[in-house]
Amino acid sequence: MRVVLDPTSETSPVSRARASRPADLAGKVVGLLDISKPRGDVFLDRLAERLTARGARVERYRKPTFTKPAPADLRAEIAVHCEVVIEALAD
Amino acid sequence: MRADTGAQPARTPLADGLVAVVKRDCPTCRLVAPVLLELRASGAALTVYSQDDPGFPEGLEPVDDTDLDVSWALGVTTVPTLLRVEGGRVTGREEGWSRPRWEAFTAVAGLGADLPEHRPGCGSRTVEPAEAERLAVRYGAGRLTSRRVELGELEDEQEALFGRGWTDGMPVVAPTEARVLRMLEGTTRGPEELVAVVPPDLVPCTVEKVAVNAVLAGCRPEYLPVVLAAVEAACTDEFNMHGLLATTYFSGPVMVVNGPVAAAVGMNSGVNAFGQGNRANATIGRALQLVIRNVGGGRPGEVDRATLGNPGKYSFCFAEDEHGSPWEPLSVERGLPTGTSAVTLFAGEGVRAVVDQRSRHPESLARSFAACLRGVAHPKLALAFDALLVVSPEHARVFAEAGWSKARLRQELDELLTLPGDELVQGAAGIAEGLPAALAGTTLPKFRPGGLLIVHAGGTAGLFSAIIGGWVSGPSGSQPVTWEVRT
Repeated sequence: MRVVLDPTSETSPVSRARASRPADLAGKVVGLLDISKPRGDVFLDRLAERLTARGARVERYRKPTFTKPAPADLRAEIAVHCEVVIEALAD
Repeated sequence: MRADTGAQPARTPLADGLVAVVKRDCPTCRLVAPVLLELRASGAALTVYSQDDPGFPEGLEPVDDTDLDVSWALGVTTVPTLLRVEGGRVTGREEGWSRPRWEAFTAVAGLGADLPEHRPGCGSRTVEPAEAERLAVRYGAGRLTSRRVELGELEDEQEALFGRGWTDGMPVVAPTEARVLRMLEGTTRGPEELVAVVPPDLVPCTVEKVAVNAVLAGCRPEYLPVVLAAVEAACTDEFNMHGLLATTYFSGPVMVVNGPVAAAVGMNSGVNAFGQGNRANATIGRALQLVIRNVGGGRPGEVDRATLGNPGKYSFCFAEDEHGSPWEPLSVERGLPTGTSAVTLFAGEGVRAVVDQRSRHPESLARSFAACLRGVAHPKLALAFDALLVVSPEHARVFAEAGWSKARLRQELDELLTLPGDELVQGAAGIAEGLPAALAGTTLPKFRPGGLLIVHAGGTAGLFSAIIGGWVSGPSGSQPVTWEVRT
């Protein structure tokens, strides 16, 4: 019997159910996360206009740099304050 | 092979008194067999363990140690070994035969009167390669906590390893317990010790997991300290391996090795330093990438989103030619003491050539370097990408003969690469790419302070140097990291 050692982390991801999709954005708090890519703000400014017109309340957030994961505090803040989040890549 | 003698295998705790470990195959052991009988006759408490023939030596009721359990536990490397055991613990040890030493050790006079005074012993069976490996696995594998994966009888080994997703696309070495234990001999660190938290899955990674991946990559045990240092350096916030992996850009970790470890493990800093054919260069860089892949979970097409990537993402690792360099090594320039082994990680893309076969004066050659360095990423982009300039021996000689230090060359390049904003702004030269229009009328450096690294490597023929362009530079992207290689 040939036995080898597992080179991986041996972890298995926990799967969590997605939050259900809201039927309507009116009255919902929508977070817009700018990851700091060039022109991401152009895209998100327009989205904010459209969302506000539909009756959503928009909160803006920004990652310090697009090259690193969002800081834990920022993720927590979005999770606490928003019901929906849109992340903009752009370039 | 274990003899089928029916004798009791050696399992009992050590008896106090004298303990001798012998094998029939050893002429010195056969020589001292009468001495052991003399010791027994003197009234000394003597237990004899036999490594190969439980019937040897006759008349001493030897204990069967053909499994070598006792020999291994006692750390016996030579036979005969004579030990003194008190309270179950070894308090004295003699190897080979020496009448004066054995007499002093046993306090019995007149031993082996017919024998020569000295005779060296033979190698213990525990140091025969096959036995040493079997014993290392038998007594060492318990230290390893990685999951054991049994390969099916009908599975091709290579196909099994590919099939589990553990390779970078090229064949790997099967990480058996024996190989991983042998790999761990390359470091003084324990297998359970934490090395780093590896992105993108942010998994705490132990020395053992690095060793398993170093085996996969084809490393020799003496490379392991370099791989460990590389993993530590890669997983710092400054180097930002997460972003480097996830980017659509070409880049991956480029490793420059400095200090005595480079020559000690046989790394290439000369002819074809970036190329194929050197095991240490090829496998050390590969081991780092396999740790990112297997432990961190960073796989192409998943978190690795490179548009094109580059072949250096298999392994891009070379040593600086310090011996032939007119300049201080990269690691020293970056703050480590001379003679310290170190790895420097740089987030680099492919290699581009600098051809200058005519410059015989440093001013001219520096202008060639600057002209080519301006092209990193795009000739109209500045401050956003670092670069690694690798100066070959024939080019370095031009600077050395003119007495130019590395600092002098860098100062010259800084001046030559101070660029007019008018040439860089969007639309200039009919090219939409470029810097914001507001920067027109200013001057800008091509590289941020500290963003140009200079090392010396390559074969002694060829008036060529090389530029390895960086990725997003500085605190918002990746900063080069220099890390000491420990044992």
